[in-house]
Amino acid sequence: MMLSVQSIDAAYGDAQALFGLSLDIKAGEAVTLIGRNGMGKTTTIRAIMGLTPPRAGAIHFEGQRIDGLKPHEIARRGLGLVPEGRQIFVHLSVEENLVATAANRTKGATPWTLARIFNLFPRLAERRAQSAGTLSGGEQQMLAIGRALMTNPRLLILDEATEGLAPLIRQDIWNCLAALRAQGLSILIVDRNLDELMRLADRHNVVEKGRVVWSGTSQELAAERERIEQRIGV
Amino acid sequence: MQLLFEQLLNGLQLSLTLFLLAAGLTLVFGIMGVINLAHGSLYMVGAYAGALVASKVGGFWLAVPAALAAAAVVGVAMELLVVRRLYARDHLSQVLATFGLILFFNGIIAWGVGRAPLQMDMPTLLSGFVELAPGLPYPTYRLAVMAVGVVVALGLWYVIARTRLGMLIRAGSDKREMVSALGVDIAGLFTLVFGLGALLAGLAGVMVGPIRSVQIGMGEQVLITTFVVIVVGGIGSIRGAFVGALLIGMCDTLGRAYAPMLLKLWLSGPLADGLGASLASIMIYLVMAVALVLRPRGLFPAGG
Ligand SMILES: Nc1ncnc2c1ncn2[C@@H]1O[C@H](COP(=O)(O)OP(=O)(O)OP(=O)(O)O)[C@@H](O)[C@H]1O
Ligand SMILES: [Mg+2]
Repeated sequence: MMLSVQSIDAAYGDAQALFGLSLDIKAGEAVTLIGRNGMGKTTTIRAIMGLTPPRAGAIHFEGQRIDGLKPHEIARRGLGLVPEGRQIFVHLSVEENLVATAANRTKGATPWTLARIFNLFPRLAERRAQSAGTLSGGEQQMLAIGRALMTNPRLLILDEATEGLAPLIRQDIWNCLAALRAQGLSILIVDRNLDELMRLADRHNVVEKGRVVWSGTSQELAAERERIEQRIGV
Repeated sequence: MQLLFEQLLNGLQLSLTLFLLAAGLTLVFGIMGVINLAHGSLYMVGAYAGALVASKVGGFWLAVPAALAAAAVVGVAMELLVVRRLYARDHLSQVLATFGLILFFNGIIAWGVGRAPLQMDMPTLLSGFVELAPGLPYPTYRLAVMAVGVVVALGLWYVIARTRLGMLIRAGSDKREMVSALGVDIAGLFTLVFGLGALLAGLAGVMVGPIRSVQIGMGEQVLITTFVVIVVGGIGSIRGAFVGALLIGMCDTLGRAYAPMLLKLWLSGPLADGLGASLASIMIYLVMAVALVLRPRGLFPAGG
């Protein structure tokens, strides 16, 4: 198992957001979290990354326990985050965004380089010296993905990476994720577009009130699609 | 004319010293959000370490690295033991805690070294004068201080603008959580930046040693001026610290030299002297007030 989240609780102050949530990702798999607004998808990701550390339960990454570690220690084991709202560094240039936190700690055979990122997202190459704050939403999203890839993660975590983007750009992002997937990268993704998620991912988890209430493969999701669409409100 | 030239150089030298102090203060304030009143204490630590090593161990050239090391070590210890606990606190707690540090350092020095000011000798190599123009000698040491200031300013510009450390410093100021989630040890980064600021404060302290006397309280005086510099320049901006230091250093020096003289055009001698001296001492605050009216976030707001 690459990532194993076992029955975690997490809270913001007194407000508990996760109630014994569990989740598994095998190496090379793409897994989704789907659910209505405010159900705990982002909190699950924050708990995995150590940004909102779980108060109970355990998280293992590649066999080692990571809950309780600091965010940077968790990231360094090979988790790359593309956060909700992109969170790019608006005061840095596009190129600086990519290199500022770049690293190859996991010693992959073909590490990500600026050239490979620019190959994946030619739009970023054209704007490499530009201040990142001047990019369009879609370009910022590409930058956030590129920035995470430059840390050479083994598991890429994406939170609403197509949210609020124009259809064409959205399609670019899905194509890029499919290409990454084909290269063997493991992915945990939160999104609303079930068609694309079913095409990209192996398994899906419906999150409701801080728990996984349904999980299954893309075929199982297709079979129960109407019922699940109702539950997650898309 | 000759006096004006000399005063301009003196102003420049004060400006560059202020810049060394302002650089660290503005980074700590701008990036970590901590008001560190004890930044002046690091300047004092540098000056004392330098003066003591120069007189007891031997020589200015040993005093400089000793002062840098002392200020950096004390700075890192200060960050790890005290300042680190203040990041998440409000400004009042920060002011109280770092004011406590000032009292602590003043107490330690009074107890360990004594209250009498120390003198620090100039290195013989730099103790002469350079004839900048015929009939215009200027102390070599002050020129050397300026040269160091310029080199440090260029070096800092390079670090901030061109290195990954600089990128992280610029990125970290508004997105700490994101920087850490991408694998950067923010706590370590802050310690490093704080230590770097302490080192520069120590450098300023040891360089000022041979020009002014080394004494308890020297840090507080200069700290206030340094705060004026970073507020005028724009908190968090190295460029702002540089321009602010030039503006404030020049205004202060020229004000002290010329305010009484100018007032004598209108007022009688003693009155002009008295008023001129008072005017000179509040000159930098007037400049700050005007600058803030024109640019409320400083001349170069960080990230702007
Ligand atoms: N910073 C915070 N402080 C307090 N409560 C929060 C915070 N962030 C989220 N919550 C609460 O935690 C619960 C789970 O929120 P979370 O952001 O994980 O949901 P989500 O599934 O990602 O929703 P969305 O689809 O809107 O992004 C919600 O009830 C939300 O109000
Ligand atoms: Mg969310």
